[in-house]
Amino acid sequence: MSGTAAALAADVRAGRRTARSVVEEHLAAIGAGDGEIHAFNLVTTDEALAQADAVDAKVARGEDPGPLAGVPVALKDNLCTRGVPTTCSSRILEGWRPPYDATVVQRLAAAGGIMVGKTNLDEFAMGSSTENSAFGPTRNPHDTSRVPGGSSGGSAAAVAAGFAPLALGSDTGGSIRQPAALCGVVGLKPTYGRVSRYGLVAFASSLDQIGPFAATVADAALLYDVIAGHDALDSTSIPEALAPTAPGVATGVDGLRVGIISEMLDGSLAPDPDVARQLRAAAAALTAAGAEVDEVSVPAAIYGLSAYYLIAPAEASSNLARFDGVRYGLRVDAPTTGEMQRRSRTAGFGPEVKRRIMLGTYALSAGYYDAYYGKAQRVRTLIMRDFDAAYERFDLLLSPTSPTTAFAVGAKSDDPLTMYLNDVYTIPSNLAGHPAISVPFGTGDDGLPVGVQLLGPNLSEATMLRAAAVLEEAAK
Amino acid sequence: MLVMADRITRDEVAHVARLALLDLAEDELDRYTEQLAAVLDHAGDVEALDLADVPPMAHPMPLRNVFRADELTPALDRDEVLSQAPAAEDGRFRVPAILGEEP
Amino acid sequence: MTATMPTDGVGITALDSAAGLPDGWEMVIGLEVHAELATKTKLFSGARNEFGGEPNRHIDPTTLGLPGSLPVLNEKAVEHAIRVGLALNCAIQPSVFSRKNYFYPDMPKDFQISQYDLPIDGEGWLDLPNGKRVGIERAHLEEDTGKSTHVGGSGRISGAEYSLVDYNRAGVPLLEIVGRPDLRSAEDAATYVSELREILVAIGASDGKLEEGSMRVDANVSVRRTGDPFGLRCEIKNVNSLRSMRRAIDYEAARQIDLIESGGRVRQETRHWDEASGRTLSGRSKEQAEDYRYFPEPDLLPVVPDPEWIERIRATLPLLPAQRRARLAGAAGVPATEASVVIAVERHLDDLAVGAIEAGADPLRTLTHVEHNLAVEGADKLTARAFAALVTMEVGGQLTATQTKAVLAELIDGGGDGDPRAIASAKGYEAMDSGSLEGAIDTVIAANVDQWERFVADPAVRGKLSGFFIGQVMKATKGKADGKAVTAYLQQRAGG
Repeated sequence: MSGTAAALAADVRAGRRTARSVVEEHLAAIGAGDGEIHAFNLVTTDEALAQADAVDAKVARGEDPGPLAGVPVALKDNLCTRGVPTTCSSRILEGWRPPYDATVVQRLAAAGGIMVGKTNLDEFAMGSSTENSAFGPTRNPHDTSRVPGGSSGGSAAAVAAGFAPLALGSDTGGSIRQPAALCGVVGLKPTYGRVSRYGLVAFASSLDQIGPFAATVADAALLYDVIAGHDALDSTSIPEALAPTAPGVATGVDGLRVGIISEMLDGSLAPDPDVARQLRAAAAALTAAGAEVDEVSVPAAIYGLSAYYLIAPAEASSNLARFDGVRYGLRVDAPTTGEMQRRSRTAGFGPEVKRRIMLGTYALSAGYYDAYYGKAQRVRTLIMRDFDAAYERFDLLLSPTSPTTAFAVGAKSDDPLTMYLNDVYTIPSNLAGHPAISVPFGTGDDGLPVGVQLLGPNLSEATMLRAAAVLEEAAK
Repeated sequence: MLVMADRITRDEVAHVARLALLDLAEDELDRYTEQLAAVLDHAGDVEALDLADVPPMAHPMPLRNVFRADELTPALDRDEVLSQAPAAEDGRFRVPAILGEEP
Repeated sequence: MTATMPTDGVGITALDSAAGLPDGWEMVIGLEVHAELATKTKLFSGARNEFGGEPNRHIDPTTLGLPGSLPVLNEKAVEHAIRVGLALNCAIQPSVFSRKNYFYPDMPKDFQISQYDLPIDGEGWLDLPNGKRVGIERAHLEEDTGKSTHVGGSGRISGAEYSLVDYNRAGVPLLEIVGRPDLRSAEDAATYVSELREILVAIGASDGKLEEGSMRVDANVSVRRTGDPFGLRCEIKNVNSLRSMRRAIDYEAARQIDLIESGGRVRQETRHWDEASGRTLSGRSKEQAEDYRYFPEPDLLPVVPDPEWIERIRATLPLLPAQRRARLAGAAGVPATEASVVIAVERHLDDLAVGAIEAGADPLRTLTHVEHNLAVEGADKLTARAFAALVTMEVGGQLTATQTKAVLAELIDGGGDGDPRAIASAKGYEAMDSGSLEGAIDTVIAANVDQWERFVADPAVRGKLSGFFIGQVMKATKGKADGKAVTAYLQQRAGG
């Protein structure tokens, strides 16, 4: 496809191209290719063209059309879009048209970005392969027999396939970074509270965070700068204003201290050998660019997976109670409300969602709260302490994003626990609230993309993006 | 996969499904019991930790006292909202007969 | 056991023991009061907090619990909660919101956001007008639910064909005030609710309307033989007035005692007051198992009021009923539990009474007027200056009690700040000098010799006969005589 988001926006802003031509080109690519990939649940052709024309009209009037002028953006289908169906890839929300826009959707529009469609996901963002969609799986554009990762598989695949230069996803335990790695694109999970969650259909409220996908690090920074910032509609939103990250992306890593998490290189959580090889190569590239790289232990990280699979389902079991057939979404009729609610939920949720609702309900139920949910919240404190100790010595940490490259469709879908292990490197950042980014770095033995992950303390996105840009350059 | 029946029993899974308003067929009950047991078994490493001195973390950010002013904001359009409801009547959401009372 | 006087007013008569309980039995009552807080908007969003109106007009994504919506806490609601806490002598403490999970169509998210183990207001107390202290266990913030209308059948929930749900009330801020089981009679319970309502209204935290449901009471009632440990309690819901609450509590206590005395056992349960039959009825079984799975609400942050904020709020508190009773009692030199003091404060006439006393009016005479002669419209407009001048004229013998009442009524009709002397003279109320009063009495005695001889001979009948003589003198003087002066002269003439 034609150019980066930054280049497209520059052309549209300067009047060298119309937003309409940019959007039409991408819609044509979607039309030609998405039948095979199934990145989108819905392509919003009419809305996209109308938005593009509005941008072109602004340019014609000499008004500032915004930093993303005319740039197509794919939105994960768990972001509320007023009047446009928002399904979470679930039968229970099929056809629901929210009466309001998510804060990020408003910010995108204000920046001149063009929504081209709603992308597929694991139902309610629960999964690591986008196979748990009620509307069928998304395929990896690098090899359509493979999964794109998940849960934001549709957004990652849309960028990888050139359907849109930018996409938004949400990351609760790795749902941006892991599919970014498997699809060979950049994916950033910002600091918890940096991007408003208002209008993101909640999975696990204390872990969810919206973030950008892009083909380049600079484009990811551009989109991040548009969506980040305080929002009074989200109590957990971080109040302080921060300088934009995009201008400093290319300033290098000279003198930066980077720690490779030893448990995730050759310790108890070691990845596949080809992934470990790329990780070492990435460390060498950072060293070559002037960073000081050393190994560091984050011992509590090994408990991340266990804690996550208690906390996330617990919060989800409560967040998903509202899908009861009363106010919106699927209703299966019955003589009484209680029976109607039960039938609607039974028919509307897929097996993975039911599994997690039950797991979470159990973890919160009388007699088990302290042993499970309560304990898992203490583990978060342990993990945060270990990270804090590491950040006394290092500016950033380095790890794989995923233990493997993209796996075959169906390979892990029968065994939930094996599937959950995909998120072992990404989960600790969500538990600590810290930002992390996955950047493509070479390929595995199967020729498929490998991603490496940079982790940092709260609000270290700018530093992280600089280091990611160095890895991007080195991987070329 | 091993059946780790001591982690969670079939009856407990049935109870949890009732709490969550989900109907499970007999074979689903078996399958979920096995799968939940496996996940809980994996969580056994956390269960074994002595964390009495470690405070729980409920929020990643140490924010507190986040308030909004007591000021009106625009209401949603009722017709738009009710157009999305499975059933509506007289400006209200219509539901089948309600058995049982509010707890 | 003291007999109970039926009263429809509240808080006027405070009695020591329960009405109609068999000897040796005691009832134990703890009240949970839900008060809707007087904010413009809801607890967690900017939708309007208003009673009534067209259904589903005060809604926004958060009120409806739409997917993706988030709560943001209304500062004013927190301020009201702190204000109530201060008024109830509670510890104001760091608090955390939790989710209480259960399915119900009135509740848009199928969980209620409520403070659970860490409420904003901790331990406190409330002193009743009769001097009894009732412990407050806690008071916490939570959101209200929507409302269902049941269609078909009898219009009640049971037998209805279907229901219609309105979410205008959903998300309205509630403060649940949990009292300790320190109450021992339905009368005291009513006094407690009435006193609490006075406080809530006085500090502007709630409009306290039981009838509109902006104040709702659940009563936990148990019985025991005096000295025994607490019995199992039943929670009585659906009491919409103080009268029905008193009836419900008395009924419930009697029901439990009957049950125990006939060999049965009380089952801990929720019961509903049925106004029509005058009985409490066992609630039908719930559709779902009860396990609320509380956990801290991840979308909200802890509330940790800083001491300066608390002090700023404290500084804005008006005098509360107990303080006002103490102030008036101090000014009048009577106990604060005195009925006239309690009534003066209840009627918001204590400022007037204190002002009049401070302006030199006789305290007891002032309280008597407030208690008996000021339960009229416009009494609150009466100025302390005019009231004091009038009381002083009366005590000084310039006006009789009857004349004083007449002047008082006219003062009030005239807006409360007239000159009582001018009114009295316009009415032709001139004080009788003692010479002409004695002359008038002598004339009456001369005309009623039989009665006078009995009056002189038998001190036991003097009380009754002095009434007769006063009546005759009043008739003769067209009401100008002062009854007390007449009695004094009769006594003096009869020889003490």
